[in-house]
Amino acid sequence: MKLAHNPLLAELLPAWRARAMLIVMMVLFGGLFVRAFWLQAVDNEFYQRKGEERFSKVLPTPASRGRVLDRNEQVLAMSTQVSAIVAEARPSRTEAKAKANPRDIGAEKLSAAQIRQLADLLDMDHREVARKIPEQRGRGYLKRQVAPDVAQRILALKLPGIRAEPEYRRYYPHGEVSAHVVGFTGMDDKGLEGIELAMNRPLTGQEGSRRVITDARRNVVEDVETLKPPRDGGDVRLAIDTRLQFLVHSRLKQAVGEHKARAGSAVVLDSRTGEVLALANWPTYNPNNRAQLSGPPLRNRAFTDTYEPGSTIKPFVAAMALDAGRYSFETPVDCTGKLHFGRYAIGDAHPHGVLSVAEVIQKSSNVGVAKIAAQFTPEEMWRVYDQVGFGSPLKLGFPGEAAGRLRNPAGWKPVEQATMSYGHGMSVTLMQMARAYLVFARDGDLIPLSLTRVDTPPINGLQVFSAQTAREVRRMLELAAGPGGTAPKAQIPGYRVAGKTGTAHKLEGGTYANKYIASFVGFAPVSDPRYIVAVMIDEPSNGMHYGGQVAAPVFSDIMNATLRATGVAPDAAMPPLQMARVSVPVKGVP
Amino acid sequence: MLRLHVVLILVLLASAISLVSAQHRSRSLHTQLEREHQRMRMLETEWGQLQIEQGTLAAHARISDLAETKLKMHAPARNQVIVLDSPEAVQ
Repeated sequence: MKLAHNPLLAELLPAWRARAMLIVMMVLFGGLFVRAFWLQAVDNEFYQRKGEERFSKVLPTPASRGRVLDRNEQVLAMSTQVSAIVAEARPSRTEAKAKANPRDIGAEKLSAAQIRQLADLLDMDHREVARKIPEQRGRGYLKRQVAPDVAQRILALKLPGIRAEPEYRRYYPHGEVSAHVVGFTGMDDKGLEGIELAMNRPLTGQEGSRRVITDARRNVVEDVETLKPPRDGGDVRLAIDTRLQFLVHSRLKQAVGEHKARAGSAVVLDSRTGEVLALANWPTYNPNNRAQLSGPPLRNRAFTDTYEPGSTIKPFVAAMALDAGRYSFETPVDCTGKLHFGRYAIGDAHPHGVLSVAEVIQKSSNVGVAKIAAQFTPEEMWRVYDQVGFGSPLKLGFPGEAAGRLRNPAGWKPVEQATMSYGHGMSVTLMQMARAYLVFARDGDLIPLSLTRVDTPPINGLQVFSAQTAREVRRMLELAAGPGGTAPKAQIPGYRVAGKTGTAHKLEGGTYANKYIASFVGFAPVSDPRYIVAVMIDEPSNGMHYGGQVAAPVFSDIMNATLRATGVAPDAAMPPLQMARVSVPVKGVP
Repeated sequence: MLRLHVVLILVLLASAISLVSAQHRSRSLHTQLEREHQRMRMLETEWGQLQIEQGTLAAHARISDLAETKLKMHAPARNQVIVLDSPEAVQ
């Protein structure tokens, strides 16, 4: 068939139609060129970014959390890098593609043998491993906090979709011994308790980031640039001395066991610097074992549990009386019989006759101290209690720190003022009580406590009592810890010690039960006090419950060990000790 | 004129090649730096583990336990303590 036979073609088309067509096509091509130029040269960012995304990736550079150290740079808490084993499902491919490229099948295609191998290395059940591997999309942790050598062995298997991600795990070399001070962190390395929480900010590091080039299987081929360098967290140096901490911990543990007590706390303070040298509670816990991080053992009782202090508060009333000039060391106080307030009567366990103020403290007479307190208004007494820190939290940043209870003096009835003079009807924490004794161990002034190491001790704190009063109360407290006092068991051969016992009934449901809290707070050496030790035993129930029987021996042992460990020179004669005179100077003997 | 062009083209070529090689060198140096960083992190991890190990081995609880059970040691009783009176201290 010839085209010329078509009558339509025989007709000549007008020339403009072909030209018009050409112009239209050129305009369209021009449009394409402009668009191509636009994308290539002007607005190229979007596609360039898209392209880069295929091969480059921004990965975080982990930063480690700072260490917690004791005063001699011993490690109390430290993070080390471990791995999280992650299973990642690739977008699933069709059977055909999977056959064509068998190396690139998704994670869900791990063989049963491979899963078993993986489960063995992870020390997990293989069914659990199989369940944790995502089916279609997404990713899941198979196991977190895996030791580096195990992670290496898993990576060496080269299983598709199984990767190791860096993370940190916190270790506490001293375990339960310093658990309450140091606290612990959660899975994400954030502080949950203790110093870890209180000092979370300075301890936390800042993650950095880096850009890397990856291959199609998302393995890092090359590091391109560092976007942000990681900043490791800072170290925190505590005032705690691990030697003392261990001594206190083990002595407290022994005492709680011996007296079948429910709990106990003990603290050691440096009276010159206000540093907390040791702080132990029983029961305690092992922060390395995450399974048991709950329940009562977590309580840092010295800070969070309040108790009625009992007689340990009496020296403050005596100091108030001496400071006001209305009483002296020798002023006689009639302590015979009982003191009646309406239907209430206050008496002593062992009746006394007429005692001097010093003897009231030495023998711990409730009647005597209540009579002294009655000479003062509730406001005057409240002021003293308030100034030494009762009723307000210590504000050391510790979680759950209790304030204790000290009621407004406007509502005090005479009987309440009397009971408060011997430490009932109010509550304190052991830490508050230990700190309050700073006024006697120092010359009447009160300095803030510190959980971190203090290099320049505060010179003068808040002056609560005069230096003269503090010295006289020190003598009274030395008598109390002496042969005629309530706590001869607090004595330490070679050192002059001072302190006060406390035996308080426990309040249960608004009434006083036949359960006790035995406590002792004291300091040594009296000639130049260096350390304050406070001990509290909750519900001793093995026949003895007096502070002088239960808490004083603990005080004595802890103080003895503290003085010897720190090389404080003895300030008293040592009759039971053997003395040896050295003719040649001996090196290293303090 | 032609000679100048040839020279300029050669210079341009040299500069282009040196640019490529400089970029390559910078890449490989960065990779090396990253590798060293990696090594540093690994060594830091190891150091940390050693510190923890030392801390655990030297923990007072462990030492006192070993001293008491393995070496059969005990703290001296108060009447067993002899205090040395050094002449230096007297002075």
